[in-house]
Amino acid sequence: MKRLLPLVLAILLPLLASAADAPSYTLTLKDHRYQPNELRIPANVRIKLELINQDPSPEEFESNDFPAEKIVMPNSRISLFIGPFKPGRYRFYGDFHQPTAQGMLVVE
Amino acid sequence: MWAVALLVFREVLEAALIVSVVAAATRGVLRRGWFVGGGIALGIFGAVLVALSADLLAAAFSGVGQELFNAGVLLAAVLMIGWHVLWMSSHGRELSRQMQVLGNAVHSGASSLGLLLAVVALAVLREGSEVVLFLYGMRAGGAEHLWAGLSIGVVAGAALGFALYAGLLRIPLRHFFGATNAMLVLLAAGLASTAARYLIQADLLPAWGHQLWDSSWLLGNGSLLGQTAHILVGYDAQPAGMQLVFYAVTLGALGVGARWIQRKRRPAPIVAVSDATSLS
Repeated sequence: MKRLLPLVLAILLPLLASAADAPSYTLTLKDHRYQPNELRIPANVRIKLELINQDPSPEEFESNDFPAEKIVMPNSRISLFIGPFKPGRYRFYGDFHQPTAQGMLVVE
Repeated sequence: MWAVALLVFREVLEAALIVSVVAAATRGVLRRGWFVGGGIALGIFGAVLVALSADLLAAAFSGVGQELFNAGVLLAAVLMIGWHVLWMSSHGRELSRQMQVLGNAVHSGASSLGLLLAVVALAVLREGSEVVLFLYGMRAGGAEHLWAGLSIGVVAGAALGFALYAGLLRIPLRHFFGATNAMLVLLAAGLASTAARYLIQADLLPAWGHQLWDSSWLLGNGSLLGQTAHILVGYDAQPAGMQLVFYAVTLGALGVGARWIQRKRRPAPIVAVSDATSLS
């Protein structure tokens, strides 16, 4: 039982952890491009990503390098939680305008 | 045009794969075509409705309406597929015996066909609403050859769905429902895992390990094969612990449930025989 305790704690503790106090970063979509198109964020923390769409058409924030998939309607904003990341570069894009809507998370 | 075709293709493919497995799983059931067709039509109608209310949905529940909606649709599909799988585990053997004797069409009695209609509708609704929003934006942006792109995407996606269906029909009848049932279980487990991913993204569920492993060097989430595996067996290159829990619970519940139901139905005649021998 004593040996199991750390395991039980390891499972239960994250239950209490919440990303509510996660640091917030903002991306803006304009003319189907991300501004900035390189977003620098710290490693190993959960991030709240705010996305503002200034275009008159919907977009879907998405990535194949990390889990993220959320639609942002015209002239509105959304937020979602991403990470934590190891240091590196992670590509994201706008699913509805892939030729232009390309961006990179630079995790340091 | 090709950008439109590609996006539509990927969305249609996801729905088409689910529809094909469902269509195969209901093989031989009377009026099945109407149910599958009706499910698709209902799904398209629903997709337009969802797209029209996307603004409302985005603002709902202080910003997590979209994730709640997606997770809700996915989990509803999991429940319905689960119910069908359990129903089949008690009636499947009977069904394939009837089919072998009577040829193709059988009356399925009080089957769970209505539930599978709903599964088809939900799959089409989820992927379709994205297509509708995308096309709306493209039209607003004055993209050219929109209809050509849409048609190519739909035809190509549906063609792959048909290919899977045709492949499934080649499974010998004796093993057929066992195979389609197993596919439905994996499908449901994968949908449950995707639902968990949405809830983690919205911070409504803890991740229990944000990335248990990274197999994207082997099979990326964005590749065609990765996407197909994602739908059919719930493949994820970077799964969170909670996704695995959802996957395993679905797999376990359906596996144990099906076996339990089968055992409950089988022993009756054996008990009778052993009683007779002990009496003599």
